[in-house]
Amino acid sequence: MSLLEIKNLHVNVDNHEILKGIDLTVNAGEVHSIMGPNGSGKSTLAQVLARREAYNITAGEIWLDGKDLLAMKPEEAACEGLFLAFQYPVEISGISNAYFLRSALNAIRKYRGLDEMDAMDFLPLYREKLKLLEMDEKLMNRSVNEGFSGGEKKRNEILQMAILEPKLAVLDETDSGLDIDALRIVAKGIEAMRSPKRAMVVVTHYQRLLNYIVPDFVHVLLDGRIVRSGGPELALELEEKGYSTMETANATPA
Amino acid sequence: MITATQQLENYLESFTELQKRVVGRSLPWLRQLREDAFARFCEAGFPTTHDEDWRFTNVSAIAKTAFQLPRKDGVQISRKNLDPYRIPGVECQLVFVNGRFASELSLLNNLPRGVKVSSLAAEILNSPKEIEAHLGCYLDTKRDAFAALNTAFLEDGAYVHIPRGTVLEEPISVLFVSVTNGVPLMSHPRNLIVEEEDSQATILEEYISLDSGAAFCNTVTELVAGENAILSHYMIEREHTEAFNVSTLRMQQGRAATVASHSVLLGGALVRNNVHPVLAGEGGDCLINGLFIGNGRQHIDNYMLVEHAKPHCGSRQFYNGILDGHAHGVFHGRIIVHKEAQKTDAKQTNRNLLLSDDAQIDTKPQLEIYADDVKCTHGATIGQMAEDALFYLRARGIDEVSARKLLLFAFASECLDRMKYGPVRTHVEAVINQSLLQVANVPGIWKERKQEDVGRTWEEVG
Repeated sequence: MSLLEIKNLHVNVDNHEILKGIDLTVNAGEVHSIMGPNGSGKSTLAQVLARREAYNITAGEIWLDGKDLLAMKPEEAACEGLFLAFQYPVEISGISNAYFLRSALNAIRKYRGLDEMDAMDFLPLYREKLKLLEMDEKLMNRSVNEGFSGGEKKRNEILQMAILEPKLAVLDETDSGLDIDALRIVAKGIEAMRSPKRAMVVVTHYQRLLNYIVPDFVHVLLDGRIVRSGGPELALELEEKGYSTMETANATPA
Repeated sequence: MITATQQLENYLESFTELQKRVVGRSLPWLRQLREDAFARFCEAGFPTTHDEDWRFTNVSAIAKTAFQLPRKDGVQISRKNLDPYRIPGVECQLVFVNGRFASELSLLNNLPRGVKVSSLAAEILNSPKEIEAHLGCYLDTKRDAFAALNTAFLEDGAYVHIPRGTVLEEPISVLFVSVTNGVPLMSHPRNLIVEEEDSQATILEEYISLDSGAAFCNTVTELVAGENAILSHYMIEREHTEAFNVSTLRMQQGRAATVASHSVLLGGALVRNNVHPVLAGEGGDCLINGLFIGNGRQHIDNYMLVEHAKPHCGSRQFYNGILDGHAHGVFHGRIIVHKEAQKTDAKQTNRNLLLSDDAQIDTKPQLEIYADDVKCTHGATIGQMAEDALFYLRARGIDEVSARKLLLFAFASECLDRMKYGPVRTHVEAVINQSLLQVANVPGIWKERKQEDVGRTWEEVG
């Protein structure tokens, strides 16, 4: 069974149709990249998958590992194994990173019928992942994302993913705004998560990240529709020719 | 319900009755203090919303109720009733039931030599000279009818005296218990805390009720911090939501004294919290920290009056409010910098979180500066819960109620973080947690607001 199955998804925001019939199937072990210019609907798709409620789903179905995702609350989707790495991670003052992450992990463990993890067990796990993402241990006790640089925020998202170990990770422009060093670290963190049991949907504006994380499939999203799908070579073609050629392709479907 | 004339008659009757039996009635200075105060109360009457200091708070519910003084033989409560209110790590707890000291319910352990922790009624009899030196010397009964009323009816309360150079490692707790048994009862606890120079102490005043009747607790604490003394004062109001609580904390700070006042207001139908420090010696420092959480139809009014009388003193006010349901909060932050008080550094911040459309906050800074070399800042914010933060937490698997609780706790923890670690802070944290759970646990109200909340942030109003 596929981990993610999207069928004919139509989504409105403020009576304006953003997604106009998306079909996508992602199997365990696969990495899919969704590429598209600004305003194509990439982030909307990512947010809808994480069950943000501001979006009006007018038609279609989404199945997460055989379960109806559209019937789930955001926290249920997370507990069922979905993870969204936010394009703009939120700052929350007054809650430490360590406390937040342990609360999240324990909420998910509880949902799955596992024992909660106490601070003593959590700490070594947290330290190990901090090291993987080359983050300072001092960040543990700072408020969630508060005072973090852009790169630190993105690394913190990948760190959360590494600890929460989702079945399906959706990375929303995790590469945007990163310098090359931060990009390498983030890519390393993502690559370390690749597994035959896990699937990833990498939403990106640029081809750059795909030099480090080679996807199995590339989909081009234009104006709310997937206009081309192909292998990793499609990303290179895009880099060379730009999105405008794809619009032509859209006009005369193959 | 009673009329204005009946109001005064009711208090006159109680006053006359009390003077026949009250402690210290034979002491001329004390009789004079009470009589003058009662005359002032009769003259002024209860304040109305035409009075600038009471603009946002209507006390007619207090004025119209014929409250009685508790009877001497009063209520019987057992030590067991108070088990939930004992604080781990606190060995010294004075208990007052309807304003009267209950020695059989109190704990008086681990006090260093020379420290006096007692009931004011007992000390009026035992050490009248010591009491006379401070009682009523700081409180201004002309400004405030409730302060006058308290002084007129003063009978009992906590008396704490900490001698020079004594450091009290463990906190002293003073627990005020109200039990009405269905009769509208009033009590006027009067506390006197005298800290001599170079001493250090932590004192907690806590107000609770064991039943739900209409109780009116009108309390005054006079606190004197001598030269170089350090004092942390905590006040927790968590009475039943039918209770009326008016409290006045009058702090007199000597040279280089460091005083912190922490108020945590969670209960009561109508609560007025007056905090009035006077920085009366050079180099004093005062922290005024508060958190109020209102729900239902609660009304919580915080009136701060910070007086800088001498140079080089600092004061910082931080009050955070969380209001849900139809609750109404008030923050009135008045700072007076007297002519002599050069190099004053006064800061005031009031942040509020409104959780429903019907919750309301009135926040008003009032700065009166007569010196010319001072730094005074003030600011107030009013906001709703950040929708994106809530979604972020939920997207990580934390359920909606827990996520809201986490965010509320984060907001409240700004106040908690200003308290020193110790048994009192642990206690305060537990009490706040319990209260937040009640506020967080109503998903319905939040759902309706979602759409319009998107993208809103703090709004500067001050």
